[in-house]
Amino acid sequence: MTARAPGAAVARSAGGWPDQTTWQAAQRRRQRRRAWRLAAWGVPVALFVVVAVVGPILAPYDPVTVRLADRLEPPGAVLHDGTRAWLGTDQVGKDLVAQVLQGARISLLVGVATVAVAGLIGLAAGVPAGYFGGGIDGLLMRVADLQLAFPSLLLAILIAAVLGRSVTNVIITLSVTRWVTFARVTRATTLAMREREFVTAARATGASTRRIMSRHIVPLTVTPLVVVATVELGLVILAEASLSFLGLGTPPDHPSWGLVIANGRNYLTTAWWISTIPGIALSLVILAVGLFGDQLNEYLNPKAASA
Amino acid sequence: MGAYLVKRLAYSVFVVWGAVTIVFVVVRLIPGDPAQLMVGAEGTQADVEALRHRFGLDRPLAVQYLRYLGQAASLRFGNSLRLEIPAADAVAQRVPATALLAASAMVLGVAVSMPLGIAAALHRQSVLDRMVAVVSLVGQSVPNFWLGIMFILVFARGLRWFPSAGTGGLDHLVLPAATLALLLVGVLTRLVRSGLLEVLDEEYVRSAYAKGLPVRRVINRHALPNMLIPVVTVVGLQLGSLLAGAVIVETVFGWAGVGRLLVDAIGNRDYPIVQVAVLFITVGFITVNLLVDLSYAYLDPRIRYR
Repeated sequence: MTARAPGAAVARSAGGWPDQTTWQAAQRRRQRRRAWRLAAWGVPVALFVVVAVVGPILAPYDPVTVRLADRLEPPGAVLHDGTRAWLGTDQVGKDLVAQVLQGARISLLVGVATVAVAGLIGLAAGVPAGYFGGGIDGLLMRVADLQLAFPSLLLAILIAAVLGRSVTNVIITLSVTRWVTFARVTRATTLAMREREFVTAARATGASTRRIMSRHIVPLTVTPLVVVATVELGLVILAEASLSFLGLGTPPDHPSWGLVIANGRNYLTTAWWISTIPGIALSLVILAVGLFGDQLNEYLNPKAASA
Repeated sequence: MGAYLVKRLAYSVFVVWGAVTIVFVVVRLIPGDPAQLMVGAEGTQADVEALRHRFGLDRPLAVQYLRYLGQAASLRFGNSLRLEIPAADAVAQRVPATALLAASAMVLGVAVSMPLGIAAALHRQSVLDRMVAVVSLVGQSVPNFWLGIMFILVFARGLRWFPSAGTGGLDHLVLPAATLALLLVGVLTRLVRSGLLEVLDEEYVRSAYAKGLPVRRVINRHALPNMLIPVVTVVGLQLGSLLAGAVIVETVFGWAGVGRLLVDAIGNRDYPIVQVAVLFITVGFITVNLLVDLSYAYLDPRIRYR
């Protein structure tokens, strides 16, 4: 704690230049500051996760019951059963609170599952490609190039249209359209690690290729993958909402935010809240994930991020 | 330059072939029988067989693929199932509307983000800079379909300044183009700002200032041309998301372009139209990226292609 005393940062050694330990202390302090900032930006993301997990338990969404007497009630209205609909009701009398909470869960589920699946595919493809190079690598990079020639949402629309509407199909669709980024990052990291001393040393001690890849290279791809995964999480949540908005995502009994927004389009004049409120939730989540991703990148790659 | 052009063109042909193949593979992945899906529940077995024969679905896969490549090369994909006109014609009719929308959004996006980015870079850390940062962040986070609906809610239903849907004159174009443009503004403003900041540190900019040139001339003649390449690259790459975004924005605003045709065709299981529309958008994207690559040599005389 003494290093935090005022004036410590400008302490000089006899030569007049800041000595090495002072530098290190300053760097440590800077990194600690980044950690705090990261934690602060993590709060909204954590809040989203908690809401998505706990929310639907507190205010369960009932896909079946229709209460026409309570249809299109504005936010804050008292319904016929005496409860209050804080965010209003939709065209069949369903409480928007329950839909928004359920939508948060779907967004989180699709986002995390897609990033996990796409990340694993990317890892499985990227490490061998980077390590062996040659034919496997050439093939992978060509496939990646081809896929990047498609606007990714367009490919998702095509695949989703063919697979049909379901939560699983959305995850499959988005994993197929998103794995390339993970594969590229993994490949680049592997390529950089391949010739490093510790890999050569492992090879010299007779470690098998498999062991080198799994024990020496894969652990080092985790950090860049985590950063990519955070950025992708926001993109995937957005893509899911877009697909559901077009009627190509989750089925009607799973009220994804995109679906609720689409439902509200026919009632813009009479019930603005149906489309507006889930969109605000969606924008805030994407914003929060994006900001958290920026901070995470700065924390994990301080040099690259500040450049 | 000539050799490079040939190489680059050959590569584009390869990518187009790949895109055509991906569309073929995905459409053939349909669980069950596409003919069955197209006929629907009320169709008889004979209807299904007739459709299978009509689309050559009763042939081996390799034959189907070659036939399909032939169709793609000649742009003849057979008739739309609903519209009873060739699918390529149906798409071609809608191309001008989408091109107009995408071009307007692009012009609008560049026209807004260049001055914003320049101003933010010149007044670094000022209130303006912070505001620009917030706007570009929000621009990147707000889903464009929701933004479009909010525009309709406020400017069409509330203020009644613009019509809420349809294709027509300039007043119909404003809201969809603005919605689509915001996507670009978010990315581009940040890029212009950081690009300009980088260039402003260069020695030739400092010498330009040192010899007494006014700020405007330093920026316009010395700084801007040198940061144009990344901007053009990103504008080109963004055109892909702009075209994909057009699919959504056209659906929101009922704009009669290729994107809306695609979404309608998916609903109708009109696969010839789906194929042509997806291919059109993809080939458009590939072509623009090719043009962007080729424009580098013009923009930056230092680049010489081998």
